[in-house]
Amino acid sequence: MIDYSKFPDEHGHFGPYGGIFAPETLMAPLEELADAYARMKNDPAFQAELDADLADYVGRPSPLYLARRMTDELGGAKIYLKREDLNHTGAHKVNNTIGQALLAKRLGKTRIIAETGAGQHGVASATVAARLGLECVVYMGADDVVRQAPNVARMKMLGATVVPVTSGTRTLKDALNEAMRDWVTHVDNTFYIIGTVAGPHPYPMLVRDFQSVIGREARQQCLAKEGRLPDALVACVGGGSNAIGLFHEFLGDESVKMYGVEAGGDGIETGRHAAPLCAGRPGVLHGNRTYLMEDENGQIIGTHSISAGLDYPGVGPEHAWLKDIGRANYVAITDDEALDGFRMLTRREGIIPALESSHAIAHAMKLAPTMSKDEIIIVNLSGRGDKDMNTIAKIEGFEF
Amino acid sequence: MSRIASRFAELRAANRAALIPYITAGDPNPGVTVGLMHHLVAQGADLLELGVPFSDPMADGPVIQRATERALAHHVSMHDVLRMVSEFRTMDAATPVILMGYLNPIEVLGYEAFAREAAAAGVDGVLTVDMPPEEATSYNDALRAAGLDRIFLVSPTTPARRVQSIARQGSGFVYYVSLKGVTGSASLDVADVEHHLAALRGQIDMPLGVGFGIRDARTAGQMAAIADAVVVGSVLVNLIEQHRDDASAIRQAVGALVAEMRAAMNNARSSGE
Repeated sequence: MIDYSKFPDEHGHFGPYGGIFAPETLMAPLEELADAYARMKNDPAFQAELDADLADYVGRPSPLYLARRMTDELGGAKIYLKREDLNHTGAHKVNNTIGQALLAKRLGKTRIIAETGAGQHGVASATVAARLGLECVVYMGADDVVRQAPNVARMKMLGATVVPVTSGTRTLKDALNEAMRDWVTHVDNTFYIIGTVAGPHPYPMLVRDFQSVIGREARQQCLAKEGRLPDALVACVGGGSNAIGLFHEFLGDESVKMYGVEAGGDGIETGRHAAPLCAGRPGVLHGNRTYLMEDENGQIIGTHSISAGLDYPGVGPEHAWLKDIGRANYVAITDDEALDGFRMLTRREGIIPALESSHAIAHAMKLAPTMSKDEIIIVNLSGRGDKDMNTIAKIEGFEF
Repeated sequence: MSRIASRFAELRAANRAALIPYITAGDPNPGVTVGLMHHLVAQGADLLELGVPFSDPMADGPVIQRATERALAHHVSMHDVLRMVSEFRTMDAATPVILMGYLNPIEVLGYEAFAREAAAAGVDGVLTVDMPPEEATSYNDALRAAGLDRIFLVSPTTPARRVQSIARQGSGFVYYVSLKGVTGSASLDVADVEHHLAALRGQIDMPLGVGFGIRDARTAGQMAAIADAVVVGSVLVNLIEQHRDDASAIRQAVGALVAEMRAAMNNARSSGE
């Protein structure tokens, strides 16, 4: 029996994955961050401030909602939704930015930078920066700036500078490169809030810890409502922060199956997707060793997904490890299937999900009918779909 | 003695600092690189740093990012880069060649296979930007077994404890990153670099090279007075970009600047000591 709380090791390794593969200039700041986090993790005053912010500012705990019509229509397992879409700023991302911003404040940093794909992490970073009076610069792929325009507007209103990144594939991975370059240059006064469980150690660990509130609540809520643990957890995986946030508290509960849902794009067989765990292989990118989408020469290849937040060629190293040891299952959902999930939740439950979360819904739609009616699935509804109205309107053929 | 160590020994005997130009392999196209390497040596380069293109060069500024994109448009792979070094070696057995790049193109080959092939091609040292000593045990073993030098970076933020670990694990020379930033950033602060190098001398028994932010002959001369090697990259790559459609114009422009830097570095040593 693996003691999952012992991972990562002190150098950030989850088995062969993770670690610190960073330029020399960042090694000392990363160590400083790891030390500061280790101190604050055990500091009751820090934890009290974090808990108060999560309650009064984010609006936690988020509800665990039984999706009755969806459950009835699918005719199998009971489907509960963990309603991260109801958090302040509309997604799970704020759980992490609240925590990292408190760290930034304690480290005396005056400037926040962040990368963003769908814009949810950018909005969540701009939000906490506004609240703490910190300068905020958000790097966003130029293509994502176009497809997630409402979130760009929100970030600007919150006082952040949004920098469109035109290098490489003009999406999330390039935004991450650019944020790293900024950090290397302004390392003295700048705190880099990474939005997912990737990057060099300690980021995969600390983002996981801040997001694990999702699973801690879900576990208690499920026990309170059903008197037992769920049978399956389902969450979408880009970098994998909402999935690890839901999974982590349940890793030791062997009866609980876990499904991470990657972006299948046009279909795995077409090569146009963003599913490194399903169809990639291990390599090193953005400071850690993990599964990547790469060519035979080790060059990172372009990804495709309808959802900007999943459009990333890597994945958090803890997921890579959970895949290899068989603790979690990773599957892919295509763009079209995700849209079916989007429509299902919108029309049957009156909840408009983010396109990212729609991937998780779509997999639950496949899974539920294979399970019995007394079994329970918890789907992480990681964000709401307001930001995706442009994309959806275009696909559904109506004026926005 | 490795080709890098013997080159530094010769330079020390002649009271010269090494000039190490950087170019990205395959920029602006694969046909230019080997000829340009020979021309750099003819104009006064003592060692050569050859960039291995990678799709996600997170420690590089826009100039070298664009060079990488030009090379990758021709699908320049690690094998192609090693072929260029082999071809260079048929005419030049003396000038050390260092590969500079990111880990993933090495990782995909496997450390041992990469080290074997690189040594066979005539590579002398490897500098991998995103491979810190902490993760480098098996990587170092593979390079050492193949007789390749392991060049690590030291930056203004590197604490003394890590400098010692770098001094233990590295070989050939240590590359001091003269400023906090990406390649091609703002100009360096000479007094600040001098102060840091003095501190490093006490901890590192290897030649100290300086790079990042050296844009002109004057700065190259100032660095030659205080460092064992001067690495020049973005300013040369910028000239390659300006003349990207004309290989002879590239050789002329890049060669002229390298020659000017060489002269300034020689003057700095002869007048300063």
